[in-house]
Amino acid sequence: MAANFKNPVVRWIDHRLPVFTFLHHEANEYPTPKNLSYWWNFGSLAGFMLMVMMASGIFLAMQYTPHVDYAFNSVERMMRDVNYGWLLRYIHMNGASMFFVVVYVHMFRGLYFGSYKAPRELLWQIGVVILLLMMATAFMGYVLPWGQMSFWGATVITNLFSALPVVGEHIVTLLWGGFSVDNPTLNRFFSLHYLLPFVLLGVVVLHVVALHRFGSNNPIGIDTKGPQDTIPFHPYYTVKDMFGLGVFMIFYAYWVFYAPVTLGDPVNFVPANPLSTPEHIVPEWYFLPFYAILRSIPDKLLGVIAMFASILVLFVLPWLDRSPVRSGRYRPAFKWFFWMLVFDCVILTICGKSPPDWIWSPFAFSISPDVGQVGISIIAMGQLATTYYFGYFLVVLPLLSIFERALPVPLSISRPVLGAGGSHAAIAQSPKPMEKL
Amino acid sequence: MADHAQTPHGQATGEQGTRRDFLFLTAASVTAFGAASAVWPFVSSMNPSKDVLALSSIEVDVGQVAEGQAITVKWRGKPVFIRHRTAAEIAEAVKDDGADMKDPQKDEVRAQKPEFLVLVGVCTHLGCIPLGQKDAEPKGQFGGWYCPCHGSMYDTSGRIRKGPAPLNLEVPAYQYVSDTVVKIG
Repeated sequence: MAANFKNPVVRWIDHRLPVFTFLHHEANEYPTPKNLSYWWNFGSLAGFMLMVMMASGIFLAMQYTPHVDYAFNSVERMMRDVNYGWLLRYIHMNGASMFFVVVYVHMFRGLYFGSYKAPRELLWQIGVVILLLMMATAFMGYVLPWGQMSFWGATVITNLFSALPVVGEHIVTLLWGGFSVDNPTLNRFFSLHYLLPFVLLGVVVLHVVALHRFGSNNPIGIDTKGPQDTIPFHPYYTVKDMFGLGVFMIFYAYWVFYAPVTLGDPVNFVPANPLSTPEHIVPEWYFLPFYAILRSIPDKLLGVIAMFASILVLFVLPWLDRSPVRSGRYRPAFKWFFWMLVFDCVILTICGKSPPDWIWSPFAFSISPDVGQVGISIIAMGQLATTYYFGYFLVVLPLLSIFERALPVPLSISRPVLGAGGSHAAIAQSPKPMEKL
Repeated sequence: MADHAQTPHGQATGEQGTRRDFLFLTAASVTAFGAASAVWPFVSSMNPSKDVLALSSIEVDVGQVAEGQAITVKWRGKPVFIRHRTAAEIAEAVKDDGADMKDPQKDEVRAQKPEFLVLVGVCTHLGCIPLGQKDAEPKGQFGGWYCPCHGSMYDTSGRIRKGPAPLNLEVPAYQYVSDTVVKIG
């Protein structure tokens, strides 16, 4: 239903180009479950981060020179000579980390509350595409300053494709545009780093369109059953998103202003040198779990396959978890395995960060190169963690779907929100779940 | 409206603003201030950076320029014309001080030392570089410079005499650091 706009200019435009009707429909009329928790803030935060990254990136690109002889110096010039260049760069550098923080929270939210389940499978899969695009963009962006870690990170990651039989070497040469990572590589990475965020933006639009088809999932994980279960997105969730944004900005600003280089690797402040590899090559923190999975498989090709599979498995997740109950709140066994997965990802991160031949001593809380120590080697721990990671998706979830006995799920969102239902059992016995309260 | 002055949601009767109005206005102003502060560094980053500003002055030895000769030097990415004028050229410029001009200016204010004319060599119309620095180039009807883009003509003092350009050729800020060395900028 078209809204009745008071402003005559708005009415004039809307009659010819119904943008205001569209916005009104997608914000003021869009019904949203009224029980969304703060975990549901992270989608809009991710959208905000995309905007911040694009804005700061466009301004950085005005100062950047994509050439092996000038790239590093042009970045240093930003830091020293360009007005507020340091700020723009730190916003962008730490913004990448912040983007991954909110997206990872957003994904774990989806994993816990079963947001990937029918009818939101495609919504989830589009989200995985977004993650892949983010990873590609972040990786190529990291190469641009042309520091030591940029160069060797690019070398290692592009060399992954050499694991492919027969065509591997040719693909790597194609990616490089030469016989090593060099100027052609830097140029194409810059081009793609500028392009991919716009592709990402397009996929985000699809993500939102798919979201608005059935609306948000919610902490209880049951469908909304009528107007009594929903509130309009605007102003209720816009204001909640704004509040969350304010809190998040404090967190973000802390990194930008007080710890701008903490999340990065100091080695990247050394200009790229194709003749000398740094001692430890580590990716940025958001890639560490995947890097750990790569390293935990002793075979080159299988390691690469495992690394890609760790993300690709998310595409089929909706069909691996067959439990009809969405929310982890009502899945007593699932909960444990879910939190173990979170813990597992932390372990994988630690493994990815540490040199593979080091020893982890859980009782001494230390990771050290001392082989005489009592403990478990990083590589073995990575293998255990990798096993659990795949085990969670490929074994635990399918088995839970069969054997787990879920708790009774409330029959409507309104009941527990308004406090009418005490125990779950009482709600389940309610004769009129849809009654208005 | 409600009978009582304020409901729990802060609706009030009459002219008086409510607490909600106050919160709304404060929040909106803080947001607007924050947004403006966030935009500022972005816009500022597009202004000339420190390394560009550091290159904003040059020194030129004009002692090498023979009478009747002109040289072009680059300053802030733009050409600067330095012409060692002949006595005849100076006389002509001074003679024309009272002529009908778009941008009247006396010759004496346009050159610190009359024999050396220092000008930004950019046509004040749309930014082309006028011809006239070399002997073979057309100098226009007034013996100064001729802009090939839209036909503006400047005299031997760099003043606009004919054509669409609105202003005389700009005299940059400069000073003589010695008898023959000029610091421009």
